[in-house]
Amino acid sequence: MISLDNLLPGERGIITQFEANNLPMKLIEMGCLPGNEVEVLHLAPYDDPIYLKLDETHIAIRKDLASQIFIDLK
Amino acid sequence: MTNSVNVALIGNPNTGKTSLFNKLTGLSQKVGNYPGITVEKKEGYCSLDRMNQAHIIDLPGTYSINTSSIDESIVLELLMNKNNRDYPDVALIITDVENLKRNLLLFTQIKDLNIPSILVINMSDRMIKKGIQINVDLLEKELDTKVALISTRDNTGIDLLKKLLINYRTLSKSTCLDLKKIDLKYFHNLQKTFPKEPLYKLWIVITQDINFGEIDRKKINTSDNFTTHYDKIIKGLQHKETIKRYQIINNVLKKTYSFNLNTATDFRSRLDRVLIHKFWGYIIFFFLLLLIFQSIYDWSSYPMDSIDSAFAFISDSIKQNFPPGLFTNLLSEGIISGIGGIVIFIPQISFLFFFISILEESGYMSRVVFLMDRTLRRFGLSGKSVIPLISGTACAIPAVMATRNIENWKERLITILVTPFTTCSARLPVYLIIIALVIPEQKWFGMNLQALTLMGMYLLGFLSAIIASSILSKILKISHKSYFIIELPNYKVPLFTNVFIAVLQKVKAFVFEAGKIILSISIILWGLASFGPGKEFKNAEEIVKANPNSEQWSSETLEYEIASHKLEYSYIGIMGKSITPIISPLGYDWKIGIALITSFAAREVFVGTLATIYSVGQENKLTIKEKMKNELKSNGKPMFDLPTGVSLLLFYAFAMQCMSTIAIVRRETNSWKWPLFQLTGMTIIAYIAALIAYQTLS
Repeated sequence: MISLDNLLPGERGIITQFEANNLPMKLIEMGCLPGNEVEVLHLAPYDDPIYLKLDETHIAIRKDLASQIFIDLK
Repeated sequence: MTNSVNVALIGNPNTGKTSLFNKLTGLSQKVGNYPGITVEKKEGYCSLDRMNQAHIIDLPGTYSINTSSIDESIVLELLMNKNNRDYPDVALIITDVENLKRNLLLFTQIKDLNIPSILVINMSDRMIKKGIQINVDLLEKELDTKVALISTRDNTGIDLLKKLLINYRTLSKSTCLDLKKIDLKYFHNLQKTFPKEPLYKLWIVITQDINFGEIDRKKINTSDNFTTHYDKIIKGLQHKETIKRYQIINNVLKKTYSFNLNTATDFRSRLDRVLIHKFWGYIIFFFLLLLIFQSIYDWSSYPMDSIDSAFAFISDSIKQNFPPGLFTNLLSEGIISGIGGIVIFIPQISFLFFFISILEESGYMSRVVFLMDRTLRRFGLSGKSVIPLISGTACAIPAVMATRNIENWKERLITILVTPFTTCSARLPVYLIIIALVIPEQKWFGMNLQALTLMGMYLLGFLSAIIASSILSKILKISHKSYFIIELPNYKVPLFTNVFIAVLQKVKAFVFEAGKIILSISIILWGLASFGPGKEFKNAEEIVKANPNSEQWSSETLEYEIASHKLEYSYIGIMGKSITPIISPLGYDWKIGIALITSFAAREVFVGTLATIYSVGQENKLTIKEKMKNELKSNGKPMFDLPTGVSLLLFYAFAMQCMSTIAIVRRETNSWKWPLFQLTGMTIIAYIAALIAYQTLS
C-alpha cells in the first residue's frame, strides 16, 4: 500500500483508504472512494499537480492532497 | 392563455448545460444578478407548444448539492425554498453521457428534495464513437424518472425534451436514497423531532451553512437527540451517504449502461501529451497569446477607425445643421462624443471574448490551469488564478468574481488583489491611442512595432501581478487549509452559438453597464467645461481680443483662442490646474490632469475626456487621434511625445483607476480594508513608475 503521490504516469491502483477528515467532500463526491480505480495520467512540471483518471472522471489534484490517499498498485 | 412552467437547469460543469440553455432560449435570454450578490442569473423563455411555455433558469454549474462556493449555494437556496418565485416545477439535470456515474450523484440529491426531475443525457453524438450503450427504458424504471437522450451538437432529442416538459405533472417525486439506511438511530431521532419536514431537507439544513427560510435552524440546533455541529460524526455520515449513493448508482448503471473500452478513442490523451507537455505546453500557450493579441490589434483597427470617423462626422453635421445654442453643443460635444467613446471599444471586446470563450469551450483553459499551478503557487497564487488573470484582460470585475472557485482563501485574496494589474479592456483605448501617437509605425522582425508594444503592455500587466502577489504572499499572514481540485474535461470543438452568445452578452454588459458611467461622465464633463465662475470665463472674448496680436489672427484662430481661454477658466480647467503641481513631474499638463481626474471613475473615460476637452470650440472635423496629435506643449513640441507617452502608459498600467473594481473587491472580500489597501498601493506604484519614466526619458 502506497500513497498516490508516489505513482508514475501510467501506473494504476485501487483506493484502499484515506484520511477522510482531511479530504474535501468535493473529492469524495467526485469518486475518490475505497474500491475505486485510480490511474495517474500525467504529471505537471515539478511533478505537481497530478493529473488523474479517477473512476471515470479526469481531474488534477496537488501532491499534498494525493499524499493522503492510499492505494494498492495494480 | 398559455401555461408557464418553471424549469431549472442543473448540472455539473462541462456537461453542455449552457449549450442546452442557449438552444432552448436562444436570444430571449436575460442575464442579471441574484439580489445582493454578484452571481450571474441567467433566465429565458422557451415555447413548448401552442399552450405551454417554459420559464428557464440556468443555475450555476455544481458537482453536488453540498456547497463549497457561493455559486453553488445559489442552487441549493433556490431548491430549498418553495416560496421563491423561481422555485422549479421541474428540474432538468443535465449529464454527460461519458461521465454518467458522477453526474448521477447530483441527480439523486435533487430527486431526494422531492422535486420532479428529468434526467437529460447530453452528448449522445459521442456514444457510437465511444461504444456506449444505454437501455433508456430500464434506466427510467430504475431511477423512477424520465430520460431525454439529447445532443446539443447535433440538435437531437430537444423535441422529446419539450414533450416531457409539457407533461411534467406526471413525473414521479419519489426519492432515491433512504437516509435511515445510513444511520438508523441518528435519522430516526431527527425525523421524530420534526415529523412534518422531509428528512433530506433537515439533513441539508444541518450539513450546509446556509440560511433557509422554511426550516428554523435554531430549533434544530437546540435539540439533544442528534449532533448538529459540523464535526467528525457529521462528516462521517456525509461520507457514508456518498458511498450509499454511489452504490445505488452503480447498481443501476450495471443493468443499463455499457461501454466498449477498446473503441474509446485516444484523441484526448494524444492532445494532452502535447498541450500539457513540460516544454511544448508553455510554448504553445505563449504563441496562442501572441496570436490573440496580434489579431485583436490588426483586426479591430479597421472597424475602430471607421467608428471614430463616423462619430466625428455625426458630431460635425449636427453642429452644421442644427441651430447654434446650448442644446446643439450638448448634443454634439457631450452626448455624441460620449457615445462614440463607448462604441469604439466594441470591436476589441468582441475579439477578446471570442478568443477567451473558444479557449474555455474547447477545454484548453483547464489544461492551462494544470500547467501553471505549480509555477503560480510559488508566487502565492493558484493554477486557478489563470482564469481571473486572463479574464482580467477583459475586465477586472468578472475576473474578481471568477476567483470564487479558488478553494484556498489566501490564494483567492491575493488573486483578487493583483487581478487589477492585468490589462483590462478599459486600458486598451488609452494604450492604443498613446501607442499610435508615440510609437513609430514600423516593422521589427516582421512584427508590427506598435503591436509588440501593446503585447509588452499586456506582459507588463501580468508581470506586475505576479511580482505583487509574491510580495503579498510573504506579507499576508493568513493560515489556510489548502486544497485544489480541477476537472479536466474532454476536448470539444466549440459550438458557434455558445461563442456568439457569450460575446454578445459581454458586449451588451459593457455597453450598458460601463456605457452608463461613460455617457454620464461625458455629459458632466461637457457641463464643467462649458461653464465657469468668475470674470475670466465670462469675459473671455474681450480678454482675448485685448491681446495686441489678436488683430492679425484669422477669425478661426481667434475663435479657437477664445474657446481655450474659456476652457482654462471653466470649472474643469480650475480642477485640472489645481493638481498640476503634483502631475507636472510626470510630464502632464492641466488638460491631461482633467482626464486623470475623470478617468478615476473608469479608465476608458480618459480618451473621451480628452476628446471632449480638445473638441470644445473646434470647428474642423478631426478624429480624436488627430486632435491629440495637434496638441502642443508650452515649448511648441507635441504634447504627446515619447516621455509623456511612456509615462502615461505606465501610469495607466499600474493605477487602480476604476470605481467599479473597488466596489466589487469590497463585496467579494466583505470589507473596505482590502479595496483601500489595493487603491493606495496601486496609486503609489503608478506615480513612482510614471515619474521615473518621464524623468529618465526627457
